[in-house]
Amino acid sequence: MDDFYREIIIDRYQNPHFKGELDPHDITFEDSNPLCGDELRIDVRMNGEDKIEEARFSGRGCAISLASADLLLEYVQGKSIEEVKALSKDDVLDLLGIELGPVRLKCALLSLKVLKAGAYGLDEASDELVE
Amino acid sequence: MESLKPTDVLDIERIQADFPILAREVKPGVKVVYLDSTATTQKPVQVIETMNEYYRRSNANIHRGIHVLAEEATALYEDARVTVAKFINAPAARQIIFTRNTTESINLVAQTWGRVNLNPADVVILTEMEHHSNLVPWQILAAQKNLQLEFIPVDAQGYLDLEVYRSLLDLNPKLVAFTQMSNVLGTINPAMEMTQMAHDSGAIVLIDGAQSVPHFPVDVQELGADFLVFSGHKMCGPTGVGVLYGRKKLLEEMPPFLGGGDMIKRVQLRSFIPNSIPYKFEAGTPAIAEAIGLGAAVDYLQQVGLDAIAAQEQVVVDYALERLSEVPGVTVYGPEAIDRGGVTAFNLDGVHAHDVAQVLDGDGVAVRAGHHCAMPLHDKLNIPASARASYYLYNSVEDVDKLIDAIYKVKKIFRL
Repeated sequence: MDDFYREIIIDRYQNPHFKGELDPHDITFEDSNPLCGDELRIDVRMNGEDKIEEARFSGRGCAISLASADLLLEYVQGKSIEEVKALSKDDVLDLLGIELGPVRLKCALLSLKVLKAGAYGLDEASDELVE
Repeated sequence: MESLKPTDVLDIERIQADFPILAREVKPGVKVVYLDSTATTQKPVQVIETMNEYYRRSNANIHRGIHVLAEEATALYEDARVTVAKFINAPAARQIIFTRNTTESINLVAQTWGRVNLNPADVVILTEMEHHSNLVPWQILAAQKNLQLEFIPVDAQGYLDLEVYRSLLDLNPKLVAFTQMSNVLGTINPAMEMTQMAHDSGAIVLIDGAQSVPHFPVDVQELGADFLVFSGHKMCGPTGVGVLYGRKKLLEEMPPFLGGGDMIKRVQLRSFIPNSIPYKFEAGTPAIAEAIGLGAAVDYLQQVGLDAIAAQEQVVVDYALERLSEVPGVTVYGPEAIDRGGVTAFNLDGVHAHDVAQVLDGDGVAVRAGHHCAMPLHDKLNIPASARASYYLYNSVEDVDKLIDAIYKVKKIFRL
């Protein structure tokens, strides 16, 4: 169990590096996890070369979901939209460095779901984005 | 300062021995401390064996089979109905409808009694502390029939505001539906008084007994309830079986819910005549083994004694409230122990309820985290989620100590 709360997860939960909102932004998307009421919004600003210049998240959630959002937004800095679309569940789990059961997986993947739904310009986020 | 530990009312060691799962080590050397009975309770060996025996010895489809197995199965199923009827002091066994669960019972009332008796602009009164199962069926019906839904507010202490209720009754509601005990706050509502008030203004009353019937004596005639609904799995019985109790006249006048086998008296190609109650509402092969298991669960609870169970939970919840209040950063929701059943929902400052539950699980302490199917109540409390420890007849005051120790571990991991 203690593995769940690796130093980096507690650190990023308590002192996130990428928390906030961007205005103006090029991409914004928000979604919630109906299971636990977590809510997450991600704003993205692109640079002239179709690379992510800045990304920020806001909302409320557990340590796993917010730390995963923070680590994910760090990871995608400088990446293209195509690269974001190609991200998978395993990329996020690698960032977190932990194994998760089906319930907590939803927490960990909310940020990826929101980011990819924004990248694809969808109206609604789907779990298929993170399967 | 550690509080003086109270003494358990029940012989918890003996009771725990009836529940095989409570001996389980969820990891080497760590026995489960099950504090999630509000979600579903564990099952005593008496219930498990009864269902086992049914499948090993008597399994057959009920009603109409002319052979030994069918007759046995029918008798066992109908005996379970009688057991349940006596348990809540229903005037007759045929007023007990077996459903899948509380949710289905409420949907049944909404889509049969509600569909026939409610008309556009009619008022239905609910409360802010309802489980989604006593909100959404009425929302669906309200959309179908253009009803006006009103809500009795919950105050800061977790009590229903009965003054507002009194004024809402001036709207001449057709129905008042409320929970006898909140699955989050633990509040035990004054169901008899609320029912009387509703009847005085001419309304029908549905009481959600999912959290009350398993935990303290409930008498439908004393309450005056028109409908009482509850679930088997929250009272030591299996999943898949629930109960709808209704006043005889109401049930008889209601149209059928689901159509199919068993619910009919006569069928022609273009029409049917419904069966009498309770069968009118039990279409298709029911959950036979589960109903029989529920009967065994009732026998078990009565053998331990509902008064003793209630007294045990009172001791445990009283102690839990005291110990939780000693932990800096913990907020507990709901009323004083005296007006509360065995539920303590709480939050720890700076830690999401999910993370609390996860760390507790590491020590084998099973609690639930989330909105507990009461999103509007959590909105009212202005919290996204809570962690909920709940207690039943197999929980001792020692379980509370284990909960508190584990909460201190959360604080340590989160450097609080």
